[in-house]
Amino acid sequence: MSNFKEFTKGLIKENPNLVGLLGMCPTLAVTTQAINGIGMGLATTFVLLGSNIVISLLKNVIPKTVKLPCYIVIIAGFVTLISFLLHGYIPSLYDALGTFLNLITVNCIILGRAEMFACKNKVIPSALDGLGMGLGFTLSLFLMGSVREILGSGSWMGFKIPGMHPMSVFVMSAGGFFVLGCIIAVINKVAGKKPPQKLGCAGCPNAENCAARKGGE
Amino acid sequence: MKSIFIIMLSAVFVDNFVLSKFMGICPFLGVSKKLSSSLGMGAAVIFVMVCATAVTYPVYSGILAPNGLEYLNTVSFILIIALFVQLVEIALKKIMPPLYNALGVYLPLITTNCAVLGVTLINIENGYSFVESLANSFFVGVGFTLSLILFSGVRSKLETADIPQTFKGVPSTLIAASIVSISFLAFSGLIK
Repeated sequence: MSNFKEFTKGLIKENPNLVGLLGMCPTLAVTTQAINGIGMGLATTFVLLGSNIVISLLKNVIPKTVKLPCYIVIIAGFVTLISFLLHGYIPSLYDALGTFLNLITVNCIILGRAEMFACKNKVIPSALDGLGMGLGFTLSLFLMGSVREILGSGSWMGFKIPGMHPMSVFVMSAGGFFVLGCIIAVINKVAGKKPPQKLGCAGCPNAENCAARKGGE
Repeated sequence: MKSIFIIMLSAVFVDNFVLSKFMGICPFLGVSKKLSSSLGMGAAVIFVMVCATAVTYPVYSGILAPNGLEYLNTVSFILIIALFVQLVEIALKKIMPPLYNALGVYLPLITTNCAVLGVTLINIENGYSFVESLANSFFVGVGFTLSLILFSGVRSKLETADIPQTFKGVPSTLIAASIVSISFLAFSGLIK
């Protein structure tokens, strides 16, 4: 039962992207189409699942002092694997994601989960946590992608919507910032909570010695 | 020289990393509150980008490419950057304490900054020569700093603005970023 909770918390309640405000770069960059959002989300989920499993297995082996480089290498290994798979099986998605596929390596959701969850928990909860967080991320990318594709290209999942006039600013970079800002505002309104005043530093592996935290306040 | 000029225009204005390529959004939103911290972060990023390129480019063209190991670029680059940032931090602390005091606090943030890994990968992807890569990294850093500085000005106005409760904090910051990004759209089409 508690394991099931580890899975569901990432979907909505602790959604890493829209509630935790992590992993903003891919959220803005690849969501010009809903289908790209899903692809990016699933690729990240794969990496997150794999790295969470491996890191929780190795949690007693990795020395504390060099844990960050170790985690990064494990994550980068999975990223290389998924980029091979996509290159081979779904080349169109591989081209659409471009550099951002490799940049999954430095997605702070993955390092954050490694640091906050996988290095303290057993394998099965870690795997479920990774899966839940990854699917939550996919969900929010899909939401972003849908809004931007419907407003910006007048279509959804590649299908034209009749009578819809595309506003191309939404598929440009400015639209990305705008839509994300509005979605977060809507979530704040619906959840009825005090909006976050700054980005979620808690998930960042460098939070303890981070300047933005110490100096910025 | 001409190609370097085009690289400069493209990296600073047309394809600004933050505002049109969406790399390095976390520091862009996190550190841009004050002008001084924007400048410090920008300088640290320029420094690390140029040095990381100076190391990763020879590693790629000297070790990975001749042995058919191109697919290892992500793994090796991120390791190099992580190691490098640590080294720079230690070295600066010992050798130049004043510089360390100015930049040191921003260094740990940079390891996980996707703009740094991004620029090293893009240099390779675009097939730049060594000098062009260094120039590109430098000017991408300059573009990053420029957007941070511009945005810190916008944010200082935003602090005192009367915004609806729901939009306070991150949402309003993102929407302001969208407007700054529109201003950079004016540069598109400058380079064919």
